[in-house]
Amino acid sequence: MPISTINTNSIADDAVTVPKVTDQVLTHRNLIINGAMQVAQRGTSASVSDGSNEGYSTADRFNFQITGLTGVAYTASQSTDAPDNFSNSFKLDCTTAASLAATTNTRFYQRIEGQNLQHLGYGTSGAKSLTASFWVKSNKTGSYGLWFYNAGASRAISRLYTIDSADTWEYKTVTISGDTSGSITNDSGSGLEMRFAIAVGSDLTSGTLATNWGSLVNADRHAGHDANIGLSTDDYWQITGVQLEVGDTATPFEHRSFGEELALCKRYYQKHGNETSAYRYLAPAFCNSTSQAQGVLTLPVTMRAAPTTSVSGSFQLIHASTGSSITLGTKELNESSVGLQPSGSGFTANSGAIIRGANDATAQLKLDAEL
Amino acid sequence: MSEMNITSAQYVTYDGVNDHIDIVIDGDTYSVPIAPANRHYAEIMRQVEAGTLTIQEAE
Repeated sequence: MPISTINTNSIADDAVTVPKVTDQVLTHRNLIINGAMQVAQRGTSASVSDGSNEGYSTADRFNFQITGLTGVAYTASQSTDAPDNFSNSFKLDCTTAASLAATTNTRFYQRIEGQNLQHLGYGTSGAKSLTASFWVKSNKTGSYGLWFYNAGASRAISRLYTIDSADTWEYKTVTISGDTSGSITNDSGSGLEMRFAIAVGSDLTSGTLATNWGSLVNADRHAGHDANIGLSTDDYWQITGVQLEVGDTATPFEHRSFGEELALCKRYYQKHGNETSAYRYLAPAFCNSTSQAQGVLTLPVTMRAAPTTSVSGSFQLIHASTGSSITLGTKELNESSVGLQPSGSGFTANSGAIIRGANDATAQLKLDAEL
Repeated sequence: MSEMNITSAQYVTYDGVNDHIDIVIDGDTYSVPIAPANRHYAEIMRQVEAGTLTIQEAE
């Protein structure tokens, strides 16, 4: 139909509704980054146990922490098992079982920057509702806790979702009201945390579920949660399609391209260097003596904060057509660049140089500015 | 467990000024900027205030 013929006689006033058009025309709805678990810069699989490898280990932006589940171990992975229209999920697979304690608090979460949440109007009478939606699968049916926390105001609200059928992908939606009392700090710190309970003990379940925003009461956090992952080596839990959006209606998952999602993730974590055994260039440098050089790495995405750096593998410095093994140090760390300080011996003083991987697949500089 | 099992921390200086803090977590070394918005720096300061961690002066 020609556009010139579309008028109110052609489209009934109630024929076009927000749910019908949201997926096509409204972008940037999802406050969660990497909700489809596409990006895993740190690796696609990690062994995680109480006190080892906790934190950000596989899927970017999602943190997994174990508390009070002594001896437990999981494999955390970016799985290719996923519901229709998704290619990946995050999977926790219990490899060593443990016993639940009162203090158990094992959780999977993402923190969202406060400056990205000011449009929610928290702390005002116009505070907006939020709706979370996700696909989840586990061997263990029952009730699971989902918790939202505003650290700046120390206020929280809780919900439960239910896995009804074992070993089956299920779509869940949860809506929470806006918080008219607790404002979200307008900075690059954590404004809101969306947390999935994986295994929790009575310290967090013995009260009454906090279904309204209020001051933090630990006993109310996950009341009603009864499905715990990690008490048997049969246990697993998978999730993907995580979306958090303004309003009281869950809309279809907002699929972003891999490149868009990767760029968003790089605000919080980047790695530079080799992916395979090679001599990939890292950065230009200048030899200011026979034992020391100075270089700079300009970051492709401005990071949330000055990053923590770590170096793995072997690097070398190419100077005057000669290569020297180096120890790679970093300095002057900031959001948009990292100073590099190679040290070694036999450098050609006052010459230009290149820092590169030394035919080592693990030669990487890793930058972490996560929340 | 605490979220970060920091077993050592030491200032690193350049040109006589503290530039960052080298820490060891689970046997791996990390360089942490002196920046309150950095989560590792915030955790270092939390543990220092709690009396469970001491930052060594630069060598």
